[in-house]
Amino acid sequence: MSKLSDFFIPGLISLSLLALVGTELRSHPTEDETKAHIAVWVGWSGFEYDAFQSVVNDYNQSQTKVYVDLLSISGNSTKTLISTSAGIPPEISLLSAAEIPQFADAGAIEVLDDACKQHGWTADKYVPGYWNVLQYQGHTMALPATPSTVALHFNTDILRQAGYTKPPETIEEMDEMVNKITKVEDGKVKLAGFLPAEPGWWRWAWGPYFGGKLWDGKSKITMNTPENLRAMKWVESFSKRFGPAQIQSYKSGFGVFASPENAFLADKVAMEVQGVWMHNFIQKYNPKLKWQAAPFPYPKDRPDLKGHTIIEQDIFVLLKHCKHREAAIDFLDYLQKQGPMEKLCMGQKKSSPLRVKSPEFWAKHDNPYIHLFDDMAYNKSCFSTPKIGIWPEYDAEIANALDEVSLLRKTPEDAVRTIDERMQPKLDQYLNRLEKRRRSGK
Amino acid sequence: MMRRKEGRAGFLFALPWLFGLVAFMFYPLLMSLYYSFCDYSALRSPVWIGTDNYSELFHDEVFWTCVKNTVLYACLSLPLGMVIAIGLAMLLNTNVKGMTVYRTIFFIPSLVPMVSLAMLWLWILNGDYGVLNTALGAIGIKGPNWLGDVSWTKPALILMSVWGVGNAMLIYLASLQDVPTSLLEAAELDGASAWKKTRNVTLPMISPVIQFNMVMGIIGSLQVFAIPFVMFPGGTPARSTYFYAMYLYDSAFTYSRMGYASAMGWILFLVILLLTLIALKLSNKHVHYGGV
Repeated sequence: MSKLSDFFIPGLISLSLLALVGTELRSHPTEDETKAHIAVWVGWSGFEYDAFQSVVNDYNQSQTKVYVDLLSISGNSTKTLISTSAGIPPEISLLSAAEIPQFADAGAIEVLDDACKQHGWTADKYVPGYWNVLQYQGHTMALPATPSTVALHFNTDILRQAGYTKPPETIEEMDEMVNKITKVEDGKVKLAGFLPAEPGWWRWAWGPYFGGKLWDGKSKITMNTPENLRAMKWVESFSKRFGPAQIQSYKSGFGVFASPENAFLADKVAMEVQGVWMHNFIQKYNPKLKWQAAPFPYPKDRPDLKGHTIIEQDIFVLLKHCKHREAAIDFLDYLQKQGPMEKLCMGQKKSSPLRVKSPEFWAKHDNPYIHLFDDMAYNKSCFSTPKIGIWPEYDAEIANALDEVSLLRKTPEDAVRTIDERMQPKLDQYLNRLEKRRRSGK
Repeated sequence: MMRRKEGRAGFLFALPWLFGLVAFMFYPLLMSLYYSFCDYSALRSPVWIGTDNYSELFHDEVFWTCVKNTVLYACLSLPLGMVIAIGLAMLLNTNVKGMTVYRTIFFIPSLVPMVSLAMLWLWILNGDYGVLNTALGAIGIKGPNWLGDVSWTKPALILMSVWGVGNAMLIYLASLQDVPTSLLEAAELDGASAWKKTRNVTLPMISPVIQFNMVMGIIGSLQVFAIPFVMFPGGTPARSTYFYAMYLYDSAFTYSRMGYASAMGWILFLVILLLTLIALKLSNKHVHYGGV
């Protein structure tokens, strides 16, 4: 073998491979390189993504200096976390409001107080329920994207057949209706009036629906309180009434949410808690379904909770150490204007977080209950997830406890006590470590 | 001189791979060891906390639930999978017309991607209208609620694990074809029955492959993740399907506790290493390398 070929061929191959890697690592701008490209990552897909893309297109067309690179990413918050830790975050990411504490405590997102003052993003501009979830430890940490409240959706045909013309006002009334509607034949559930685990997206919310708080707002987990215990007992009562195995078996026959086999759409569950988006799925998968929406019932002895709801909100955060901070703020400012915001929310068939809405918004909005969903966000009893950094773990713990209670493997008393015992040390540790970091400036 | 030149050339050829190995394997491996002794969320710089993560793990109820679930799964799925893979390989090693078709049929399931497999089994195991319970019902057996009953979720996953024996089966099949026919004929001349031939000739001759598959099986079953992650989000019902790797993933990416997850990763690594060494030590006596 000649001296040249000894080194030249392997060297050339090695260099080619390294060059290939290097080429791949380079970004490929899709538009004019003279513009500042800002990366916006969202978890939306389908028609929700299309609605946002349309708003982004409008913005891009109006700009000479900024271009928004919109990207739909599955598992967006995890990928935002990874890219931020790698020091190459997008400018803007779409998270859920519940994720604010985790990102804020880690110092990964910008405090927007100054930008709020500068651009007029103030409390009086937004619906209170939606504005409040953006606040964390006295600072505005995010801006609203598309918000929603949730309400009890009920199948009017099934209710009428059971002799009801109105939805339940109180939880006690609802229980009575559930007993009358639910059909069990030969040890098998054939129709359910209501199931606390369906769709199972807000299992943490039963306590707050009974007036419970999940923490004291500072440093104490408060799951073991009479209100939360009452909620657990209420969840347990379904298994005691209809049998845990029977409910499990019945639930196993439900299809996925976005399908005609969805339990509510397939007339398998008469009442279900759902958000403003449900109307869209009804139209798509069972347009003949006769339904209405109303606020979720309140306990008879707690009329102060009347009209309560869960505040759900997708939010925009500005990532620290991003490349084009000012351009990103400009885009955020555009999104907070009435026109683009209504276009986005209308496109996604959701409510608008802005107090002032155009007559067209109300007139053209598909959802016949859009006023109800909007009004509920003004209710003083509306609630959202607790603003604590250990929330994902706390949420998982509550879900597991509800599972145990529903399967009658644990008493409600044991369940709430166990959650407290397990989560309090975690919160203590989290807050201690956070404090130490603050002191040391890390 | 020539050897040195060849050595350099070899090194240059291997350079891209070595770069990848160091950058994407050794560096993360070492960093994860360091992070396991830190309070680290991936979003902020790590802060040294000594062995706190490890001591917290040993007092973590969920950690032990996951350990229990994982060990139970591994102890049942591994031997079951091995027995079925060897059995199938032996059947597919016989001289029957159309054998290549049968081999393909038995191998195909292992090519199905994990997520598709999980979705498929959600239908098969559905308690109310699943294929399995319908089939059981046809012979008068009332099938359980495989996906909702805590007593049946792990057996369901173990049953599913058999679906993926195709790869192991293929390796066994290849090794069975290497068993010298002269030995089998000699045993036959000595009057050995089919079982005795299998017990005393075939199995010893393929024992290195059995050992290899056992070690790979230990590693794979203790890291079970994708299928339960898709089928049973959060390890439902009541954490009956919450496995070690799922808790590790949640700790790292859902709870943002990278340090804690790194500690879990290192414990798993050490346990797998220990079990592999024990398995190698114990099986060495029964492994024969005298084959062709």
